[in-house]
Amino acid sequence: MNTLLRSKYASVVLPTVTTLLLFILWEIIVKIFHIPSFNVPAPSAIWSAAVEKSQPLIENSLVTVQTTMVGFSFAIVAGIFLGFLIGYSRLAYLILYPILVGFNTIPKAALAPLFALWFGLGFLPAVLTAFLLAFFPIAANVALGLETVEPEMKDVLRALGASQLELFRKVGLPHSMPYLFASLKVAVSFAFIGSVISETVASDKGVGYLVVSASASFDVPLGFAGLLTLSCLGIMLYSFFAILEKYVVHWAR
Amino acid sequence: MNQTSPTENRLIVPYPPQDGLLTFDGIGLEYLVDGKPCKIIDEVSLSIHQGEFVSFVGPSGCGKTSLLRMVSGLAPAPIGQVLYHNRKINKPLKNVGIAFQSPTLLPWRNILNNVLLPLEVVQPYKREFKQKQAKFIAMAQDMLATVGLKDFQSQFPWQLSGGMRQRVSLCRALIHQPEILLLDEPFAALDAFTREEMWFMLQDLWLRVKCVCILITHDLREAVYLSDTIYVMGPRPSSILYKLKVDLPRPRTLEDSLTDEFNHYVADVRRHIKRN
Repeated sequence: MNTLLRSKYASVVLPTVTTLLLFILWEIIVKIFHIPSFNVPAPSAIWSAAVEKSQPLIENSLVTVQTTMVGFSFAIVAGIFLGFLIGYSRLAYLILYPILVGFNTIPKAALAPLFALWFGLGFLPAVLTAFLLAFFPIAANVALGLETVEPEMKDVLRALGASQLELFRKVGLPHSMPYLFASLKVAVSFAFIGSVISETVASDKGVGYLVVSASASFDVPLGFAGLLTLSCLGIMLYSFFAILEKYVVHWAR
Repeated sequence: MNQTSPTENRLIVPYPPQDGLLTFDGIGLEYLVDGKPCKIIDEVSLSIHQGEFVSFVGPSGCGKTSLLRMVSGLAPAPIGQVLYHNRKINKPLKNVGIAFQSPTLLPWRNILNNVLLPLEVVQPYKREFKQKQAKFIAMAQDMLATVGLKDFQSQFPWQLSGGMRQRVSLCRALIHQPEILLLDEPFAALDAFTREEMWFMLQDLWLRVKCVCILITHDLREAVYLSDTIYVMGPRPSSILYKLKVDLPRPRTLEDSLTDEFNHYVADVRRHIKRN
């Protein structure tokens, strides 16, 4: 048992088996209790809806992923910049950090209608929502990475006569990398949630819109297919950055 | 002069010294504790020669680490002055090697690149780094071989044991041939046998560079084994209570540390250590 738990495949096989078992259980319960498919459709019904509507599902998935990645890219740039700013400058920290925290507590779902009002429907409000949800964890983590450099590590370099820039390049920057990459996989999920929120409120494209319009026309199996697509996309985005993290900051233990 | 200072025990070091590379001139240190000034170092005046290995021993909290920070220029002396080549140290010197109790290796660099770090920062190596890279790498590999880590150069720090990491830290502290090497309890976290090996390796490395070395330690055998001169500091507010010259031939071996003569030195130092 222990060798199985420690093997490479366990981390893939076990969750896959568990998910399949859950679906089977779901199927059985729906069948036994005769739950109508416009309440909770059985996995088999969801699957056939997904196959039948695979074309719009894929198209809308691409739209959602695209808005997510655009918003996320801006979030990375802004997050890293703000992170370094508040990590290195005490003044910037005192001025900006409380504002950022305050802003971060605003539920972004409440902002989406406002964005629709300002920017119309579709791409722009979705990108903006994705950006706003994703940049904060990046900024906070980069700042944390800079703050937690061991003072002795800096002392070694300062005693060698290293300049502030050298300190940053040789210690601060690499030291904050594990923190950055840890935040990326969280932030990309946030960006994804952000674009879907915006799509449900203010768009005529994307998986979020697809789910809303499917439930509006009582096509509940398609709605569920949309939800499962979202879940798969979310897992893929997260895994991509988790794997990237493993390769880029392999030295971090 | 502080009333509570143990002046009756104060060892008067001849001053001003003429031939010192490094001179402590009336060093003092005060902290504010709950708004009240608290004297840590009462007065330290002494002089260290070119190529001298000096140890400071004494009770915890007597300001030994602060002395090192004054020499490195990371925290210049607030009272008195430290002179290096007759110039007051008031900012970081640019070629000091430092090793602490924790190895403080950069985890994102492999062992070889950790050792090379000072050559990327300190002149004249920095400017020649691109052209002479092959030569520098050979230098680093040579040092790693001295401490028995030749085969580990492409490993990362987390793959090495504590003792191995500390050896890498020593190589890094010495590769740029500093004029001053500062060691702040570098072996305190290691077990007794590893520590004895480290003494030997440190001595080996140091004999190649022959720089001024200032060691802070609580291990009196370590101090005797490695030092030319041992300074015993008193309890807070501290001063130098005792100075001992260790006249044992180098390189010293493990057998040397088991002789009566060696143990006399250790006992002599121990007798002069007082606690708060």
